Amino acid sequence: MKKIKSIEVLAAKIRRWIIEEVYSAKSGHPGGSLSCADFLACVYEKYLNFDSNHPEMIDRDRVVLSKGHCAPALYAVLALKDYFPLNDLKTFRKIDSYLQGHPCMKSIPGVDMSTGSLGQGISAAVGMALASRAEKYDNWIYVILGDGELQEGQVWEAVMCAAHYGLNRLVAFVDLNGLQIDGNTATVMNVGDVAKKFKAFDWNVLSLDGNNVSELDMALDTIHRAKTDKPTVIVGNTIKGKGVSFMQGQYQWHGSTPNQEQYETAVSELDAKINELEKCHE
Amino acid sequence: MSNQVKIATLEAYGKALAELGKDYGFYVLDADLTKSTMTRFFKEDFPERHFNMGIAEGNMMSVAAGIATLGKPCFASTFAVFAAGRGCEQIRNSICYPNLNVKIGATHAGISVGEDGASHQAVEDLGIMRSIPNMHIIQPCDAVSTKMAVKTALENDGPFYLRLGRLTVEPVYEEGNCNFLLGKGIRLREGTDLTIITSGLMVQEVLKASEILKSEGVHCRVIDMHTIKPIDAEIIIKAARDTGRIVTVEESNILCGLGSAVAEVVSQQFPCPIKMIGIKDCFGRSGKPLELLDYYGLTAEKITSEIKSFIE
Repeated sequence: MKKIKSIEVLAAKIRRWIIEEVYSAKSGHPGGSLSCADFLACVYEKYLNFDSNHPEMIDRDRVVLSKGHCAPALYAVLALKDYFPLNDLKTFRKIDSYLQGHPCMKSIPGVDMSTGSLGQGISAAVGMALASRAEKYDNWIYVILGDGELQEGQVWEAVMCAAHYGLNRLVAFVDLNGLQIDGNTATVMNVGDVAKKFKAFDWNVLSLDGNNVSELDMALDTIHRAKTDKPTVIVGNTIKGKGVSFMQGQYQWHGSTPNQEQYETAVSELDAKINELEKCHE
Repeated sequence: MSNQVKIATLEAYGKALAELGKDYGFYVLDADLTKSTMTRFFKEDFPERHFNMGIAEGNMMSVAAGIATLGKPCFASTFAVFAAGRGCEQIRNSICYPNLNVKIGATHAGISVGEDGASHQAVEDLGIMRSIPNMHIIQPCDAVSTKMAVKTALENDGPFYLRLGRLTVEPVYEEGNCNFLLGKGIRLREGTDLTIITSGLMVQEVLKASEILKSEGVHCRVIDMHTIKPIDAEIIIKAARDTGRIVTVEESNILCGLGSAVAEVVSQQFPCPIKMIGIKDCFGRSGKPLELLDYYGLTAEKITSEIKSFIE
């Protein structure tokens, strides 16, 4: 139970820093960053084998943010886990910063794969899982996909490949927030029944509330205990903009940033959440 | 030399992978073409390090990138037309942007593929690959230099595009006698009247052309520019200075290929007249490889006559 609270606190802090990053940059993608914060918090707080003092540790677990535009969420969790100073997050997307608009593994400690072009991250994760097994590493590879991203054909090439090679240490999280730049995924290009599609590709499938830390924790716990020869996907029903009242469920917040007034509202909501959680935590 | 065994550079590539697989811990991917790209030799010897990706070249390039992040080089093989075409954006974003150790074995390059026709004849791949930052490009001309190219790609970090042919070719180099250095052209013939800079299976044609020209009193310097990126500016400038005229010959679109790379150096550092011989911005067609080389003006005889009209 204690662990669940600490995951919730981490998720709230990730959200708080996402807002700080996109507000400082006056640019970036808050909506989808906020929706995947709970999964990132869960993985980094409890499951991931990493060492921020030795980011190069070869047999570490890896996280690939295939929906690379949600870099603010990844950068926030990396800073909160001491890969680099929290204050650097305010340099996000600026000319002299190493925090590039989309994840760049060459300049940012803790970023396991450069992403940004949708569909490619999951293939890279498949490569990591294939080589990790061949090298006999005892590690896990996590990959985070957007639901709009599932429109990229390459995703399904990679999904087929992961099943073919029985990559049972590969865990995909689909951040099913139902929205993309041009509107609802259902009207832009319907991705349909995502769980059914993955099942048809012979993956283990877990469907849950992707903004519910307890459900995510239970799913990851199950995955880690399971004896399986298949890759696993967590289809997480999420809310785009989760945690900031006026951003929730609004596709317009995919790639727009708050003005000062909106920033202050968002920050006060998230600070209140963090205080509340930390109070119960004590 | 003509009594020596002819071998395609792609076959030499397949055999080099298997041979070097003993000493170097790398991975190999293929896209349902293990018999054509000849990565099957490696697969037979090292099945645990060879993965067939099926007919999905885009996925293959990003999978190769993922493998390379674990610290070991990964070769990804398919026909050049699919490697540079279907895999282009994956090569750009998954491989070249993070500067990962992926080596692309692009076989069946150029029109000498033959009967399969234009859909399978890459003429644009050099242009595409040259314009992506961090990419290295090597186009070897025979079996010995192909093995050196594979070894060079393994011993140097970063992405490489190895442009390989299907047509069997005569040896240019003898085993143990090929001074192959990344980014350094090799002077094969000395001459003072002009310099011919070439690469891949055009090297053999150019050597024949230079013999014909020599018999007519025209003495050509011939350079095997096996590394197209980074290009050897030094050897090009010296050629411009010493011989005053340069001809480039390539089995590739005349736009953005070897000729362009040479012209970029010459025009900015030591201007001199240049003649570019290659595919004249058009698609290939079906036919036998040698018929196609003739059709597109890439035989020794046709190269000779082009050069003669250039220097007249």
